[in-house]
Amino acid sequence: MGETEEVKLLGVWYSPYAIRPKIALRLKSVDYDYFEEDLFGSKSELLLKSNPVHKKVPVLIHNNKPILESLNIVEYIDERWNTSGPSILPSHPHDRAQARFWSAFVDDKWFPALKAAAITKSEEAKEKGMKEVEGGLLQLEEAFVSISKGKPFFGGEAIGFMDICLGSFVGILKAREKLKGEKLLDETKVPSLCKWADQFLSDDTVKNVVPEIDKVAEFLGELEVRAQLISDFKNLRSTFKSNGRVM
Amino acid sequence: MAEKEEVKLLGIWASPFSRRIEMALKLKGVPYEYVEEILEKKSPLLLALNPIHKKVPVLVHNGKTILESLVILEYIDETWKHNPFLPQDPYERAQARFLAKLVDEQILSTGFGSMARADEKGREVLTEQTRELIMNLEKELVGKDFFGGKSVGFLDIVAGSLIPFCLERGWEGMGLEVVTEEKFPEYKRWVKNLEKVEFVKDCIPPREKHVEHMNYMGERIRSA
Repeated sequence: MGETEEVKLLGVWYSPYAIRPKIALRLKSVDYDYFEEDLFGSKSELLLKSNPVHKKVPVLIHNNKPILESLNIVEYIDERWNTSGPSILPSHPHDRAQARFWSAFVDDKWFPALKAAAITKSEEAKEKGMKEVEGGLLQLEEAFVSISKGKPFFGGEAIGFMDICLGSFVGILKAREKLKGEKLLDETKVPSLCKWADQFLSDDTVKNVVPEIDKVAEFLGELEVRAQLISDFKNLRSTFKSNGRVM
Repeated sequence: MAEKEEVKLLGIWASPFSRRIEMALKLKGVPYEYVEEILEKKSPLLLALNPIHKKVPVLVHNGKTILESLVILEYIDETWKHNPFLPQDPYERAQARFLAKLVDEQILSTGFGSMARADEKGREVLTEQTRELIMNLEKELVGKDFFGGKSVGFLDIVAGSLIPFCLERGWEGMGLEVVTEEKFPEYKRWVKNLEKVEFVKDCIPPREKHVEHMNYMGERIRSA
């Protein structure tokens, strides 16, 4: 291939979704330029131009063409650089369907439940939510055992699609354990997933790409403080308003 | 192919998600056994095959179960390789998949919301949001007969089953015109093209029954 490939990745260091394309690009040994976005500040021109619909990261820009949505990007990388590195998606259609099903489960059901439980102020909702998250992990444990058939990853000997999908959240789970003492990756409940998680984090393609757990824990802590401040400010404002004063 | 192919589809007549699977199987000329499920009374088979989500469609192929309509569509295209309906180029595939998710996540949400919300103001807001989202599809259709180009493709099946042949029936029942000729000429042209395709036509829920059904469901939810 004589042409120059221009590969740009827009992301934020703390986003699990932005980790996914990084792992995929490493698996395929593709060089890329990384651009850190400031989502709390102002979004870059490039981001707004490439993702006008959602204005979200990650965005992969390959020879000036934008590809959006993290798992979409991973599939694109797998298909575009199909002669390089391992196959990220399995080869058999049924195994591919299984990988897609479980990744949809993680992204559409499991992680949203964790997010909701983390954010909610209601103790009852939090407890219920966390039960759902734990239940989901038990299902993922079962899926892992059946799919991996004794090999280290969902993808077998090498990291695959499902590993990238679920693996991108391991950092957050470990950070929450540090921050809150919440042990979702519990060896007594999900022993195979615990082993898998450590294997994932120590893999060459993942090691230098995932942020340090301490940094993530610090960031999550800051997010929480921010959310509390915003909520306190709103409460204060409504108190002032009801007392007839304008803030 | 010498071996016997056993293909079974569990679906619901009014569900755009199982209808799109029927379109895909017909496009590929794959014979299948259809099992009609009832929303309020799901069969033991459905519950056994899809214990996590308990939803249709469910495809069973030679004893193996495949779930989630978009996953099933990709499976069908990969298993029966003739008449491919996903684009061949990786970039175009990524585009098609992205827009399919836009349809199934956002347009579905605002679209159904525009019918289900009890307050009129809420419904108006969601209707307008739906129009904005459909504009993305309008732009994609310029200069094309179908999203797939000259023939029906993945995105045509996904968007077709959900928007003109499901959401629009709901809006019709409520006397709403959400997608106008004036603002969405490409979309209107595309729907006319779709209606002429044999395997699409065969898989659309019967109009009157469908409008009535959507009306009934809408009213039930609005007054809940």
